[in-house]
Amino acid sequence: MEPIRILRSRTVVLSAANIDTDQIIPARFLTTTTRDGLGQHLFADWRYDVAGAPRSDFILNSAGARNCRILVAGRNFGCGSSREHAPWALLDYGFRAVISTQIADIFRSNALKNGLLPVVVDAATASWLFEHPGAEVSIDLPTATLALPGRAPLTFPLETFARSLLVNGIDELGFLIERDAQIGAFERRQTTA
Amino acid sequence: MDCVPRTMLEKIWHQHEVIPESADTPAVLYIDLHLIHEVTSPQAFAVLGERGLSVRRPELTLATLDHSTPTRTEQIFGGAPIAIESAARQIRALERNCALYGVELLGLKSEQRGIVHVIGPELGATQPGKTIVCGDSHTSTHGALGALAFGIGTTEVGHVLATQSLLQRKPKSLAINVEQRLQPGVTAKDLILWIISRIGVSGGTGHVIEYRGAGVRALDMEERMTVCNMSIEAGARAGMIAPDETTYAYLAGRPRAPRGLDWERALARWRALPTDADAHFDREVAIDAAAVEPMITYGTNPGMVIPITGRIPERANDAAFDHALAYMGFEAGAKLMDKSVNVVFLGSCTNGRLSDLRAAASVLRGRKIAPGVQMLVVPGSQAVKRAAEAEGLHAVFMEAGAEWRESGCSMCLGMNGDLVAKGDYSLSTSNRNFEGRQGVGARTLLASPLTAAASAVRGRVTDPREILN
Repeated sequence: MEPIRILRSRTVVLSAANIDTDQIIPARFLTTTTRDGLGQHLFADWRYDVAGAPRSDFILNSAGARNCRILVAGRNFGCGSSREHAPWALLDYGFRAVISTQIADIFRSNALKNGLLPVVVDAATASWLFEHPGAEVSIDLPTATLALPGRAPLTFPLETFARSLLVNGIDELGFLIERDAQIGAFERRQTTA
Repeated sequence: MDCVPRTMLEKIWHQHEVIPESADTPAVLYIDLHLIHEVTSPQAFAVLGERGLSVRRPELTLATLDHSTPTRTEQIFGGAPIAIESAARQIRALERNCALYGVELLGLKSEQRGIVHVIGPELGATQPGKTIVCGDSHTSTHGALGALAFGIGTTEVGHVLATQSLLQRKPKSLAINVEQRLQPGVTAKDLILWIISRIGVSGGTGHVIEYRGAGVRALDMEERMTVCNMSIEAGARAGMIAPDETTYAYLAGRPRAPRGLDWERALARWRALPTDADAHFDREVAIDAAAVEPMITYGTNPGMVIPITGRIPERANDAAFDHALAYMGFEAGAKLMDKSVNVVFLGSCTNGRLSDLRAAASVLRGRKIAPGVQMLVVPGSQAVKRAAEAEGLHAVFMEAGAEWRESGCSMCLGMNGDLVAKGDYSLSTSNRNFEGRQGVGARTLLASPLTAAASAVRGRVTDPREILN
């Protein structure tokens, strides 16, 4: 996982609430045994028509959306299926952060484990972002702050543990493996209980 | 020994803390049962390979094939090739990984194979007080037996394979107190859809729901599973119901349930699990079961749901609502009753158990499904299939004109090629009516097995009480 400290990008806005992981990547693309190359299927049924041609009315197909690394989305983003293919597809496409007033639990957990930043903001900030699509915003991870142009920086909730893993590019598996002795002791307590 | 009253969630959580959480780090939580399937596991096994790790407790890991697996008999037993080549590769990958790492696989031809959330309870592997995880959001189903069961992503599947543990923050608790009993013709599916209509599709976010009260005690084990199954559709981390005599009667004698003295010891442990009187929940919601009606969805998430006799609501200045109705081909203010249905799907981890098939068969017995309607009946497991056949339910379905398949997730998510055509209306007993869930452009109406069967007979959305009375 690449370490992240500062992320600066223009935003793409999908303001609908309850965007589920079936929309982020439909199930028919999950018959894969790797995590690579899923960006081509990101939002497939919104991005392409039945013939496979890009839909001109979908925001990701607009010239302004190119190279944007921050997605601003409506409330309860990533609800539904636990498929980690959703953050894999967003990352492979080029996104590094999702900003919303609410991010579904399993998606949030999956995103953090892959270096996709879940940034939860208040309703007023979300409204501002919806009204200013393409705004150049900046996220500072070590201080968990979000800076919007012409507005005071605001902090977002991200616990220190997750923050330190992201800043240092470390994954949780290493942390758990280092607790092998405690896990073993727990197992022995269980069998003798 | 502290005497603070505790919830069942707190008790199970505390019993599984390898290392308690602190301000700086999440808890290391021990996992008692890890269920895996073909779609969300290959990338996790790949990480084991890359890092030279083994599966820490293969005997606490159980694999099956369900998500992308065919339901056509000839592809399971007849030697016909699996129609979707990428699905076939996924199935072979799980077979290879299980053989390599010593994990038990209930494979393609196993008599015990089935949807992962149907076979766990059925085999007695799901037990009160256990922590259970699976790379699937409907893992909440297992909470019906008093387990703490939740869905995880593939990276976490790797964590559990390698360490039998997860890093987790303790979720908040939400009590849903269900008083009174359901009326005739109203099912557990209607109850959970009703609950979601009350608390919303993100109303449970960050919480574990405990369903409580006389209305829940009155439910049988399979009904409880239907309720807990759709907890994730309210955004909850898990759903759970305290074990009671219904739970113990269900579990007794199941192949992987404890026996003899072990059973007696387990019972003693299980009886201590229910939430203490006066324990504190972070939130509580009251539900009157007697007020619940047969429910049906009209939109593109499970919260867009109304009583079957009702009308689609009107909402001004809501682009997402308008988009959902346009996708569904419906208008605000319209009734759903009598709308045409093209496909009826009976199955899934929500409603693919024997009692669900019996309910649908009670409507279909001696009747035909309407001309032009395709009805697919997919048992939740091979054991459900055998039990249904033993009592002749398959004959009822086939004589009515429905297709009778091998078990699997099938048309709930259409990964295996069981699909609804673009623009068609599917009345489905599954759990998600998301855009494209059952096929590109497919329009899904979620309802109970009774409503599905009644609607199959008429070829139109039908209140099952009209046929049952």
